[in-house]
Amino acid sequence: MAELTYRDAVARGIAQEMTRDPDVVFLGEDVAKAGGVFKATVGLYEQFGPLRVRDTPISEQAILGAAMGAAMTGLKPIAEIMFSDFIAVCFDYIANEFPKSRYMSNGQTKCPLVVRTGNGAGSRFGAQHSQSVENWCMMIPGLKVVAPSSPVDVIGLLAAAVRDPDPVIFFEHKSLYATKGEVPDGEIVDRLGTAKILRPGKDATIIALALMVPRALEAADILHREHGIDAEVVDVRSLVPLDTQTILNSVGRTHRLFTVEENPRLCGWGAEIVSIVADEAFYDLDGPPVRITTPHIPLPANDFLEDMVLPTVNRIVETVKRSLGS
Amino acid sequence: MAVAKKTQAASPAAARSASADKVKPADFSKEQELQAYRDMLLIRRFEEKAGQMYGMGLIGGFCHLYIGQEAVVTGMQMTLKKGDQVITGYRDHGHMLACGMDAKGVMAELTGRRGGYSKGKGGSMHMFSVEKGFFGGHGIVGAQVSLGTGLAFTNKYRKTDNVCLTYFGDGAANQGQVYESFNMAELWKLPVVYIIENNRYAMGTAVHRSSAQQDFSRRGISFNIPGEQVDGMDVRAVKAAGEKAVQWCRDGNGPYILEMMTYRYRGHSMSDPAKYRTREEVEKIRGEQDPIEQVRQRLLKNKWVSEDELKKIDAKVRDVVNEAAEFATHDPEPDPSELWTDILR
Ligand SMILES: Cc1ncc(C[n+]2csc(CCOP(=O)(O)OP(=O)(O)O)c2C)c(N)n1
Ligand SMILES: [Mg+2]
Repeated sequence: MAELTYRDAVARGIAQEMTRDPDVVFLGEDVAKAGGVFKATVGLYEQFGPLRVRDTPISEQAILGAAMGAAMTGLKPIAEIMFSDFIAVCFDYIANEFPKSRYMSNGQTKCPLVVRTGNGAGSRFGAQHSQSVENWCMMIPGLKVVAPSSPVDVIGLLAAAVRDPDPVIFFEHKSLYATKGEVPDGEIVDRLGTAKILRPGKDATIIALALMVPRALEAADILHREHGIDAEVVDVRSLVPLDTQTILNSVGRTHRLFTVEENPRLCGWGAEIVSIVADEAFYDLDGPPVRITTPHIPLPANDFLEDMVLPTVNRIVETVKRSLGS
Repeated sequence: MAVAKKTQAASPAAARSASADKVKPADFSKEQELQAYRDMLLIRRFEEKAGQMYGMGLIGGFCHLYIGQEAVVTGMQMTLKKGDQVITGYRDHGHMLACGMDAKGVMAELTGRRGGYSKGKGGSMHMFSVEKGFFGGHGIVGAQVSLGTGLAFTNKYRKTDNVCLTYFGDGAANQGQVYESFNMAELWKLPVVYIIENNRYAMGTAVHRSSAQQDFSRRGISFNIPGEQVDGMDVRAVKAAGEKAVQWCRDGNGPYILEMMTYRYRGHSMSDPAKYRTREEVEKIRGEQDPIEQVRQRLLKNKWVSEDELKKIDAKVRDVVNEAAEFATHDPEPDPSELWTDILR
């Protein structure tokens, strides 16, 4: 057991997989010699050398296209797109190439690759460097989408993503890189498509992702301590595949559903969960499902405005309290 | 006709060298030297102040300083006339000041206040002044290259003889849309000067580690776009090359590429440990090629000004910058209602 930052967990996860499988290669902008702009990949270049850990030109299309070509011919590339906003620059590969390769080739070509990317707000980077865009990828059939909230999940889910036979988009949250957590020694491998109940409760189900997970946990503590509300917090972790069973079971016990989403409101992942619950567990619900999201606006650079629009602990507490009528 | 086309295709380099022989920089007049000195010094002092304010926690997020590269925008701006456009990436404070944007409004955008050019919502990387012909301020590396091509499209469509200056870095030059834009601009003969600010690094990556063809002036050869390398530390050389390129565009000949050989003294953004280069490298260039020092020395050598007069100019520039900093420190935060403005209409 050791305490590790989310940032260091990224490097450890990649190192674990590169050590295990010589076909794993890692490429991206400033990821090798500089150790990544978020310092999440420090030491990999020194450990695995320039053949396997590569700095690329600023050419996102070529990075993802080449990663896919390598994947089709047997390698297991991990490609970094520095900020998730830049996914838009190379979206063709994510939307049209990765997810359709297996399908269009009658299963002859596969695309076992991982795209790691820094997602989310909180650093005052403004409208083009702060977005939560997991839904951009979630909407495409043929992709898997993961977003860990803790160091141990970073390692375990990254390992699962690398070993998965399909393309996985792996969203790391920029504002979580400095956070710490206990991590067991030795190899860690998790399973995609599994949610985690981080705090059991009986009065309401709060489903959160990435940076919203610690906020949901803190809100649940306050709800319990100050308002006598016992909320269950579920870290959804994997949007595709989605662990609907854990979610439906939780709602079956608590009868109330809340989602906490950093994304702008329209088409956020929570809308899909609400729709599934409405479809399959409507009569379990004692009240309307409630989505707590960032409004449907671009993100401001100003710190005070940015803090105001993301879901806060306080907003979660107030919303749950009000909805439960206490 | 067909024969001529074939020759050109077989040897694009010939087209290049014919149209792109190096311009020897003409001497500046006293007035020109003084203007260049003032304009470059304003950028330098503004950026130094922004760096200090970042250190004090008054500026957050990204802040990319232009220190060392001042001669590029200053010399290029001397070639423009009303109606011309300028567009660049995120290292944009110098371009805005060169375009005549108000230092107070720029600094207040850095501190995220309501008096900033984007009311504090844009931040350091995202500011515009259509009135001054400045079209941003873009955070996605390379995006501005196609946008600048479109600004030039309007000039052509409206039959003005205006030109668009499209700035981007050596790192950005490896983005795909740069070449899509080059092709379209030459095909349609659009009046755009592509200015590649080669400051030798893209974040922590030196040019030789990212670029197969490191002579960026040659990047337009296969599209038949003339290009040349310019000493971007000498404001006279910038202006001379700029004048030629801008005139080429005004005359309807299509795009032109200028590779500005320059250098950034500071880190990429504010948190840059700069392990990719030595302190000696920075000191050597600053000591031998500093764009402002070059002008200063010429002004003194020609006895056009005394040390005292230069000090007065320095004091005036400092006043402008201090006033901007003062304003940006005390201007109120934006009103929360601004979260909902300027999204859609
Ligand atoms: C599409 C995209 N990819 C990557 C980045 C991250 N990034 C910002 S600046 C930069 C380096 C650009 O270097 P260069 O073009 O040489 O400009 P300079 O910073 O030297 O002025 C990178 C990689 C980005 N903002 N957008
Ligand atoms: Mg550069």
